[in-house]
Formats: sequence, C-alpha cells, structure tokens
Amino acid sequence: MGQIEWAMWANEQALASGLILITGGIVATAGRFTQWYFGAYSIVAGVFVCLLEYPRGKRKKGSTMERWNYYVRAVLHLLLSVPAGFLLATILGTACLAIASGIYLLAAVRGEQWTPIEPKPRERPQIGGTIKQPPSNPPPRPPAEARKKPSEEEAAVAAGGPPGGPQVNPIPVTDEVV
Amino acid sequence: MGNWAVNEGLSIFVISALALARAPAACLNFNCMLILLPVCRNLLSFLRGSSACCSTRVRRQLDRNLTFHKMVAWMIALHSAIHTIAHLFNVEWCVNARVNNSDPYSVALSELGDRQNESYLNFARKRIKNPEGGLYLAVTLLAGITGVVITLCLILIITSSTKTIRRSYFEVFWYTHHLFVIFFIGLAIHGAERIVRGQTAESLAVHNITVCEQKISEWGKIKECPIPQFAGNPPMTWKWIVGPMFLYLCERLVRFWRSQQKVVITKVVTHPFKTIELQMKKKGFKMEVGQYIFVKCPKVSKLEWHPFTLTSAPEEDFFSIHIRIVGDWTEGLFNACGCDKQEFQDAWKLPKIAVDGPFGTASEDVFSYEVVMLVGAGIGVTPFASILKSVWYKYCNNATNLKLKKIYFYWLCRDTHAFEWFADLLQLLESQMQERNNAGFLSYNIYLTGWDESQANHFAVHHDEEKDVITGLKQKTLYGRPNWDNEFKTIASQHPNTRIGVFLCGPEALAETLSKQSISNSESGPRGVHFIFNKENF
Repeated sequence: MGQIEWAMWANEQALASGLILITGGIVATAGRFTQWYFGAYSIVAGVFVCLLEYPRGKRKKGSTMERWNYYVRAVLHLLLSVPAGFLLATILGTACLAIASGIYLLAAVRGEQWTPIEPKPRERPQIGGTIKQPPSNPPPRPPAEARKKPSEEEAAVAAGGPPGGPQVNPIPVTDEVV
Repeated sequence: MGNWAVNEGLSIFVISALALARAPAACLNFNCMLILLPVCRNLLSFLRGSSACCSTRVRRQLDRNLTFHKMVAWMIALHSAIHTIAHLFNVEWCVNARVNNSDPYSVALSELGDRQNESYLNFARKRIKNPEGGLYLAVTLLAGITGVVITLCLILIITSSTKTIRRSYFEVFWYTHHLFVIFFIGLAIHGAERIVRGQTAESLAVHNITVCEQKISEWGKIKECPIPQFAGNPPMTWKWIVGPMFLYLCERLVRFWRSQQKVVITKVVTHPFKTIELQMKKKGFKMEVGQYIFVKCPKVSKLEWHPFTLTSAPEEDFFSIHIRIVGDWTEGLFNACGCDKQEFQDAWKLPKIAVDGPFGTASEDVFSYEVVMLVGAGIGVTPFASILKSVWYKYCNNATNLKLKKIYFYWLCRDTHAFEWFADLLQLLESQMQERNNAGFLSYNIYLTGWDESQANHFAVHHDEEKDVITGLKQKTLYGRPNWDNEFKTIASQHPNTRIGVFLCGPEALAETLSKQSISNSESGPRGVHFIFNKENF
C-alpha cells in the first residue's frame, strides 16, 4: 500500500487545478477582462487536464502505466500552465497546475508505477446463478401448517447453509475503519 | 451607479462585486472560527465528561466531530471561491478606473488621493493597465499576497485530504494538513493593509453625500462639498480566530504533555495473518468500553498519531489494542516490537510508546438492556471485544446485579482470517460459559459473506463435526448474508415484552437495514417487544 504515493496526490492536485483553470477562465471570459482570450485558453486547457486526470486510482482493466508516463505528464502540465499565468483570474490555476507538475516529476523520479488499489480478494468471482440451491425442506414434507420456521439455533445447525435465497452478496461488507 | 451613501465608497465601482466579496468574507470569519474546534479532541473529552448530566444522545453528537470538521471545510472552500471570484472582478474594474478605462465618475473618484491632503479611495494607486495592473496589485498588496498564498494552502490541504490519499498514504495527508498554520497566519493579516475604504465620520459630517453626489467636478471648490476623506476599515478576522487558535494551541500542548507520560508495553502478542496485540500500562489511565486511543511510536515516526479501538475491558489491569499490519507505520511498529524475530524479546528492547486518550463516547448503553443484539461487520467487530470481555467480567463478579441476561452476537466478515484473535476470544468465552452451565448467555452467529465453491465443498464434508471447521467454535459458521427478518422475528418470539437493544458497528447500508427491521419488528403498544436501534454507536 505504501507503493502509491506521490502520483495519486499529483492526480488529485492536477484534477483540482483543471477545475480552477476552468473557473478562472470563465470569470475572465464572462467579465470580458482585458486580454480575455487568455481566459478562453484557460477554459480549454482546464477541460483537457480534467479529462486527462479524471480516471484516477481505479484501474478496472488492470493496465499499468510506466514511469515515463509521469515524466510526460509533468512536462505537459508545466507547459499548459504557463499561458494562464498572464491573467490574474487564472494565475491560481497556473500555480496549482505547476505544483501538480512538480509532484508528477517527483513521482517519476522515484520510479513509481500505477498499480490498482483494489486488493486482490475482491476479484474473486461472486457466486451468482451457478449455485445449486439445496432443497430447504427435503421429503417427506409435513403439511403446510407444520412447516414453521425453526428456532435460531436449530436453523444454524440443521440447515447447514443459508435458509433461502441464492448466494449473492448484494451488500458488500467492507472493512470500514472505525 | 452604486449608492455610495449606503455602501462603502468602493461599491461605486463594482456594483455589488465588493458586497459579493465581503459577504463570503464574513462567512469565512465564522467558518474559520469553527473549523479548529472539532479537532481539539481533548477539549471534546472534557466537554463530554462535564456534560455527564446531559443525555447520552446529546453527548454522542460529539463523536461526529470529524464529519462536522469536513462540512465546515467544504464551506470554507465554497466561500473562498466566491470571495476570490468577486475580488477578481473588483480588481479588474478598479485598475480599469485608474487607467481611465471606465466611466468618468469612477475615473474621477480614482484620482482622489493623488493630490496632497487627500486620502485615496481606489487602492490601485499606480497607473498600470490590465492585466499587468491586476497582477501587480496581487504581488504588492498584503491582501493580494496573503490571498494567493492562503488559497494555495487551502487547495493543497483539500487535494491531500481525499479518502484515497488518506487511506493509502496517511503521511502526505497529515503533513500537508499542517499548512493550516500558514493559512491562519495569512488569514489574520489579510486585511491589515486596510484597502477596503469608507468615508470617515468627520468627512461625512461636512460632506453631504446626497447633495454632492451630482457635483463631483466641484468638490473642493464649493463650500458644501469639500474633498471627502477615506480611511480603511480595521481588520476583523483576527477577533474571530484568535480564540480557537489559542484553544488549538492548548490542545497540542496537552497532547504533547500526555505523550510524555510513561507507557509500558507489558506484552506483545503476534496473532496470525498480520495482527499484533499490544498490552500496555499507563499510570492513571481509565477507560470505558467502546473507546479508542491515539498511539505514537517515536521510533517509527516522531510526529504521527494513529487511532486504535481499545480491545481490553475496563476491569483488566492493562489496556490493549489489536493492530493490523497494513501500511508503513504499522509495519514499522511490527519491526520495532521485534515481532519479526523468533526469539524472546527483553522488555527493555521494546520501543517507547506515547498514548493519547481514551476518546469516544462510552458504550454504556449496552448494559442497560436485558437483551441485546450486537452486530459487527468486518473490522467493526473490534469494539465488541472490549464490550464482550467487560460483560464477562461483570457476569463473573456479580451475575445477579447484571441487568443483561442474553446477548445475540452477529459477526459478518468476508473471511475470519484477519480476526483470528477475536475467534479465540469467542472460544474462550464459549468454554467458560460451558463451565458455568450458562451456555445460553451468549449466542453468536458468524456469517462469512465471501466464499467460493471449494470452501463450500469443504464445509459440506465436515458439516457433522462437533466444532466448526473454520473457527473451531461449537456454534457453526453460516454463509452469506443473514436473513435479518428471520433473526428479528425469532428473537422477538423468544423474548416477548422486552426492550431489546440493537447495536451496530459497520457500514451505513447495514445501519439502514437494521434500523428498518428494528422499527418493523417492534410492537406498537407499550407492552410487547421493542427493538431499539442505537445508531450513533461507534
């Protein structure tokens, strides 16, 4: 778990920077500030950064991205942040994206890899429709009114399995830290 | 044009952009005052203790301090955003007015302060046009510098506080969060330069705004309209935040003092599947069931405190925590305690430990019912270790005085491996109850919610053995999710006319299920069975 460090934070920071660039850009463009076209650039750059950074942490396909990818991201973010530095409205976005670029550089230098954060056990196939449902009331079956639910202990021992229903886990029991 | 009689002079330029900046600033004052308070956990413990007269329900709200802290943090983020955006408009328009890129009225007002014996209204004094003008203001005015710096700090704090960062690399979260020191210092001096200007009282007395509003070209030339004088408003924020800052400083001092108190590790037990148990003693340590402590090990990390639920009962003469080895800090602790070595460790080799706490509202409510249902999901089973042990001690000491007569315990987990130690505890209780001929006191059900075909075959083969094949307990393990409706109905039929307490430590979804079941299985009249779901526990 200690493996994923700076890159994850860089990802969050870059995503936040994207949003800040978009906001600053909208302010400059809508208010028609002087040289507002920098604001327009900022919106576009912000959207691009957000799209790039949005898939974070969860790698459903399990593909790994190598270290060089982080160098590319570091340089890309640094270059993207520069034009937004010309307007006060977008300069906060510049600063944030530059910081994200720095953290990506740190991650790249440290040789990090993008590994899935989901722990292995979750990939175990869930038992769904393949379960062979044992009969809950084997023959000879008593008449309907005698088929009452047994007491709690007897059910646990006699049934040897769940009282009814297929074995799916609708509510995953997660290890929530108290 | 803005009504300059009512607002500060600057609103002339900005047609409520200034008001739009000052409103969130006022909210920020309030929120920044509140944000420090929920994290003063020793202060909260003190409040909890001194409010013993109030009902438990009231005291339990103090347990939700972190939720409150996060809510206030989001409010600070929101108000900072509005404040910044409004001031961006403000600065743009003020600079434009200064470089004659605005309506004549604003331009004329901006020129106030150029001549001698005049005080300025527009804080943009140099005539630098946008966008350089705005940037220049941001780096030369104190409000500009502090504004940018503290907003950056706020953004860094927020991005490093997301759940994934907190879980996978706690240190980044913890150390970055300390940027709040810079945030508060910057916040206190943010308004010190007094660039938000208003007409002074003396000037208002001699300069009648209603009359002079239309005659700006004659100001200073006619008797009834001398040049108006302006002064900056004094900073107000420090008045809001100085109290909580002092309280937080006291809190850190208390934590430091407590951490200097001697804590002795009396026993270290390694349990299977990467769990260790630390048994410790500290002078004057008093705990109650269901509480937690913060632990620091300077050998592993000089600055980090980590929370752990107490797993020992108050009746024991030591206190213990069970630690799962999942990250850097816990691994470091594992090695520091010599758990990786096979041979016996001398007591003096054990590392120094600092303990802060105990915190949390005690779960005394468990003892006020005759019958209880305890439900623990996954790691949520940990506080129940303390409760079950305490119940056992009370039972052994004075069974007749104990109101609690029957416990139904439900343990839901994916697999029991991580909690072998808890299974051992249940085994111990099981054998002791058999000795006392009261095997029915505690009935527990373990549900393995994640299992596969091969395990199922294994269980089926060993079904008839006396002890359960997974846990070694006499009561068999069950698979899948419990059928809560059945459980509640069975218990209700066995204990008619009783109040049954339902306690949960687990995920929110399960809380909702149990809450609904409690309500639907309770009878409406005052007699009859009632399930009372204690939602705020743990």
